[in-house]
Amino acid sequence: MQHGKYRFIVGFLAAPLGIYALFVIWPFIQSIYYSFTDWSGLSPEFKMVGFKNYSRILDDEVFWKSFQHSVTFVLLLPLVTLTLALFFAFMLNVGGRRRKNAAIAGVRGSAFYKVVYFFPQVLSIAIVALLFQFAYNPNSGALNSALKAVGLDSVQPDWLGDPDLALWCVFAVLVWSTVGFFVVLFSAGMASIPRDYYEAALLDGANRITTFFKITLPLLWDTVQSGWAYMGILALGAESFAVVQIMTVGPNGGGPDYSTTVLPLYVYQKAFRDGQAAYATTIGVALLVLTLLFVAVVMRLGRRERLEY
Amino acid sequence: MKTTETPPVDTAEERPPVTKVTVARTPPAKATEGRVLNFFSHGMLILWAFMVVLPLLWAVMTSFKTDRDIFSSPWALPDRLHFENWSRAWTSANMSDYFLNTVIVVGFSLLGTMLLGSMAAYVLARFDFPGNRFIYFLFIGGMSFPIILALVPLFYVMQNLSLLNTLPGLILVYIAYSLPFTVFFMTAFFRTLPSSVAEAAFVDGASHTRTFFQVMLPMAKPGLISVGIFNFLGQWNQYMLPTVLNTEPDRKVLTQGLVQLAVSQGYKGDWSGLFAGLVMAMLPVLAAYIVFQRQVVQGLTAGALK
Repeated sequence: MQHGKYRFIVGFLAAPLGIYALFVIWPFIQSIYYSFTDWSGLSPEFKMVGFKNYSRILDDEVFWKSFQHSVTFVLLLPLVTLTLALFFAFMLNVGGRRRKNAAIAGVRGSAFYKVVYFFPQVLSIAIVALLFQFAYNPNSGALNSALKAVGLDSVQPDWLGDPDLALWCVFAVLVWSTVGFFVVLFSAGMASIPRDYYEAALLDGANRITTFFKITLPLLWDTVQSGWAYMGILALGAESFAVVQIMTVGPNGGGPDYSTTVLPLYVYQKAFRDGQAAYATTIGVALLVLTLLFVAVVMRLGRRERLEY
Repeated sequence: MKTTETPPVDTAEERPPVTKVTVARTPPAKATEGRVLNFFSHGMLILWAFMVVLPLLWAVMTSFKTDRDIFSSPWALPDRLHFENWSRAWTSANMSDYFLNTVIVVGFSLLGTMLLGSMAAYVLARFDFPGNRFIYFLFIGGMSFPIILALVPLFYVMQNLSLLNTLPGLILVYIAYSLPFTVFFMTAFFRTLPSSVAEAAFVDGASHTRTFFQVMLPMAKPGLISVGIFNFLGQWNQYMLPTVLNTEPDRKVLTQGLVQLAVSQGYKGDWSGLFAGLVMAMLPVLAAYIVFQRQVVQGLTAGALK
């Protein structure tokens, strides 16, 4: 297999690696370099300013608000989404009535639930965000008129306009749109756990809650862990950008009084609205550090002995 | 069998598996626990199904109403089906243009991603050469980096190459940002394929290139389908990349076009048309999902389960 091997390798790698280097790697390297300059992005001139952008971050109130929101998202979003998904997946696979030939069974119609739960996953996050923006509309939105219909005329929150509520409204949309994917993912994982384990545990008198924590969760741990990392990257990245940017407009974008700004949105605003490209990349570097830190923590905490079955 | 009086036993894992035969003879459901749990699980499951479907149904319903009805009674059924909302959205709200742009961009990006991604993955998976590991990690490192960080300089890279606000530019960027996952997935896939077939083809005088296209690529079809679906949905639903790199009104893709409409609708007030556009963008993907549901689920979960 030696003849022409290197020519072939170079020929096959050149185009993909070239495109990847030009549009992904090179901009990443540049952005770290730019974070040490005073580049506006509008003119080609700039000079090095050392750590000035980084010290500016320390006093930037909006940065710390965005940071706080992003950290809230990355801590809570995987927790809520994965807990709900594990719960539903367990119900689907083990919550069923006992039938004749099996000690445990999924609920009737579990295939139907899985199809329906997955709906939001195939929709664009932008479309989902638009849809919920209408639903949250304080005057004629679906939510408030539903509240009115059940006699709660006095409870008419200004969902996205209320600084205390807005962030949680956005949060709920992210949960809504991602739970289904993990239900299906965990279901697939649970389906591959041998039935004998459950049967043995049930024979020993374990109830379903015990079987969940002693059998299902440990055997599913690898999947949960990668789901956790994936969800956290979503919470810090493109998905949270889209929902916040679309749903909470406000005078500055990012909700009333910056109550919903997240780090990726703040990077976007600084670079493309305020003409502070260098400062934007500095915020981006902070986001990068946060993301890598998160992934490292998940990998470290999640490390367990691999269970084979 | 399980009764409610027995305390839970914690030694479930150490216990050797019991043969199926003993359990198969179990008398059917006698414990009340089963029934309560069943009732409970059905209740919760139905509740969530309801919460998923309701907003979608509400959107479909609203797209058939007049603007007045949308505001006066958001939950009421439309007085009749106002199909004119749909035709208005399709023609005068530019939905047809947005659709066409999206189809062009996603079509070419998907083709490019699959071709270039599997070429790189094939080389990385099956050939030993200096720098192999380095290039592999360079590719998959891209999966965990926040894209928005790169977008700021990327904007100016595109500007210098005159690719900003063009469809080819967007296509190239979509390909570049889809490569990490594609290479990651396809490398793992090519490693699982038997090497004997490729060697046989090579001995028979086929070149490396020919072996790849005529032998290995057809064998990798299941993997290509999985990762293809993943990339299709990702690229079709992309929002952040076009928002930053493609601001020309004529070249907007579906997602940014809709958001743009929603913002300007605030002044024009054609809410029914906007809802029609929204549903128009939702329904094809949902329909395709329902038809190809098995493949979509396999495609989307394959990467994460590995």
